[in-house]
Amino acid sequence: MNTTPAVLVRDLHKHYGAKRAVDGLDLTVHPGEIFAVLGPNGAGKTTTIEILEGYRDRDRGEVAVLGVDPQRADRRWRSRIGIVLQSADDQAELTVRELVHHVALYYPRPRDPEQLIDAVGLSAKASTRVRQLSGGQRRRLDVALGIVGRPELLFLDEPTTGFDPEARRSFWELLLGLRDEGTTILLTTHYLDEAEHLADRVAVVRDGRVVALDAPAALGGRATHEALVRWQEDGVTRERRTPTPTALVGELARRFAPDEVPGLAVLRPTLEDVYLEMVGEAPRASAGDTTVSTPLEEAVR
Amino acid sequence: MSTVTSAVPSPVPAPHHDRLPPTLRLAVARAGIELKQFFRERDAVVFIFAYPIIMMAIFATVFDTEVQSDGTVAVPFAQYFLPGILATGIMLTSFQTMAIDLAVQRDTGALKRLRGTPLPVTAFFLGKVGQVLVNTGVQVALLLALAFIAYDVPVPDAAGWLTFAWVLVLGTATGTVCGVAFSSVPRTGRSASAVVTPVVLVLQFISGVFFAFFALPSWMQTVASLFPLKWMAQGMRSVFLPDAAKALEPAGSWELGTTAAILGAWLIAGLLVGTRTFRWRRRDDG
Repeated sequence: MNTTPAVLVRDLHKHYGAKRAVDGLDLTVHPGEIFAVLGPNGAGKTTTIEILEGYRDRDRGEVAVLGVDPQRADRRWRSRIGIVLQSADDQAELTVRELVHHVALYYPRPRDPEQLIDAVGLSAKASTRVRQLSGGQRRRLDVALGIVGRPELLFLDEPTTGFDPEARRSFWELLLGLRDEGTTILLTTHYLDEAEHLADRVAVVRDGRVVALDAPAALGGRATHEALVRWQEDGVTRERRTPTPTALVGELARRFAPDEVPGLAVLRPTLEDVYLEMVGEAPRASAGDTTVSTPLEEAVR
Repeated sequence: MSTVTSAVPSPVPAPHHDRLPPTLRLAVARAGIELKQFFRERDAVVFIFAYPIIMMAIFATVFDTEVQSDGTVAVPFAQYFLPGILATGIMLTSFQTMAIDLAVQRDTGALKRLRGTPLPVTAFFLGKVGQVLVNTGVQVALLLALAFIAYDVPVPDAAGWLTFAWVLVLGTATGTVCGVAFSSVPRTGRSASAVVTPVVLVLQFISGVFFAFFALPSWMQTVASLFPLKWMAQGMRSVFLPDAAKALEPAGSWELGTTAAILGAWLIAGLLVGTRTFRWRRRDDG
C-alpha cells in the first residue's frame, strides 16, 4: 500500500502585506481519506488549498502534493489531481455533455463521460446549456469536471455552499463513493455536519494555523470531555457536570427506584460546541478584514 | 446518486506512464469549443462577425452613386469603402474578440479552471489563434464575395493578392497579440465590451473607414498613423484601388514598407506586454 502522504505541509507561510493569511500551518493528508479543513472566513483555508493546487506561491515552508512541489507543477502532476473551485459561472453557453466530453480530452485516461454524467445525476440535463443549471446541478457538474481525469487527489473548496438539504445528502453520497474507490479528498467547509458526516479527520484552522486535528468524533476531546447529566427532581431541572456520568446515573437510578429517573439526559459537547470553543475569540491580526464573521454567525449559517 | 460506486468505472492503479494527449490535438479541440461558444453568443456574432458585412451592405447601397474624390482622382464609393471595412473586420475578429473573450473568461473563472487542468498553455493559445483564423477567414471571404458580386468592385491581380495576404496575416497576428495584452485593461468581464468597443470605434472613424482618409483633418491623420488600423486600411487600399488612387494618400504613395514596419512594431509590443501582463486569475484573486 502507498504510504507517501497525499499532502504534506510543514510550516507554511503566506502573507499579504501585513496580513498573515497562512502563518505556520502544518498538515498531513493520508492516501484514501477524506480530510476536512474547518474554520471561519479569513482563517486561511482557501489560501492554503490554492497553494496546494499550484495557483499561488508560498512565502515559506515545505509543501508536497502527491510527492511533488506544486510550484513546480507540470502537466503530468495536473493530470493526477482534480480541482473543484469555490465558485464557477464559466462556460455558460456549452451543454453539460459538450463540456464533460471536452475536458475529458485533456487527460491521459479519463472516465467515460456519459457514465460520469449519469453518476453525478445529470443525465436528464446532459443536453442543457450550463447557464440553465441550478446551483446544485452546477456544482455537481463542477465535481464531474474535477474527477473526469480519475484524479488520485481531489480538492473541493466549500463544495455545498448554497445547497438545499436533499442536494447536500446526495452530494455527500457521491463523495463517499469516490473515497471508497480510493480517491483521496481534501475539502474545506463551513458546515460542521458536513465535516462530521464525511470526514475521516478534521483540521480546525484559525488565524492561518491548525488549532485542532482529530477524527470528528474525538475532536477537542469530545469523547473524553466531562459529561453533563440532567434530570428532574422536586419539580426543578437539576444538572451536574461529571467525568463519571455512569456512576451518577447509577446513583440516580437507585435513588428513584423502582421509578424512572424523570427527564434523564446525559449530554456531551457537540462538534459545534467544541468548534465554537476553538474559534470562539475574535480572530487576532485580522482587524479591518471585513470578510471575517463571528464564529456564531459562521456556525448558524 | 447512491449508485455512484457502481456507476463510475473503478480506477485502475495509478499509471504514471500513460501518454498525455498531444498538444496539437488539444489545440484543434480548443479552437472547436471556442468557436462553438463564440457563435452561441448572439451579440458577439452581430457586433464582431456580421458587423463589417452589414456596414458594407448599408454604406455601399446608400452611397451607391457617390464617388470618393479630391477633384483629380475619383474612386467609386464601394471600392473605396471595401479596404477600410476589411481592415475593420480583421481588427474585430482578432483584437476585439481576444480582448473581450479573455477578459470575460478571466472574470468568470474559466481561465482559472483551465489552469488547473493538464491542458498545455500552448494548446490554449493555439486554440485562440485557430478561432481567430476561422472567424477572420470566413468574414473576409463573405465581404469579398459581397463586394465583387453585388457592388462590382474589381478583382485584384496576382501582385494585389500577395499584398492582400501579408496585410491580412500580419494584421490578424498583430490584432490577436494586442487583444491578449488589452484584455487585462477591463476590470470585469461585464465591462469588457464597454471598454474595448469605444477604442475600436474611434479608430474606425479616424483611420479612414467611414470617411475618406484624405478628407480628414491632418491632426487626425497624424493620430491615426500611430495605430495599426490606418495602416491595414491603407495596405488594403493598395490592393483594391487603382494605382492612380495613391495620389489621394497624404504621402502620395501606398507606403507598404511603413505599413509592414508599423504592424510589426505593434506585433512585438503586443507580444512583450501580453506575455508579461497575462493572468489566469482575476486581479482581486490574490
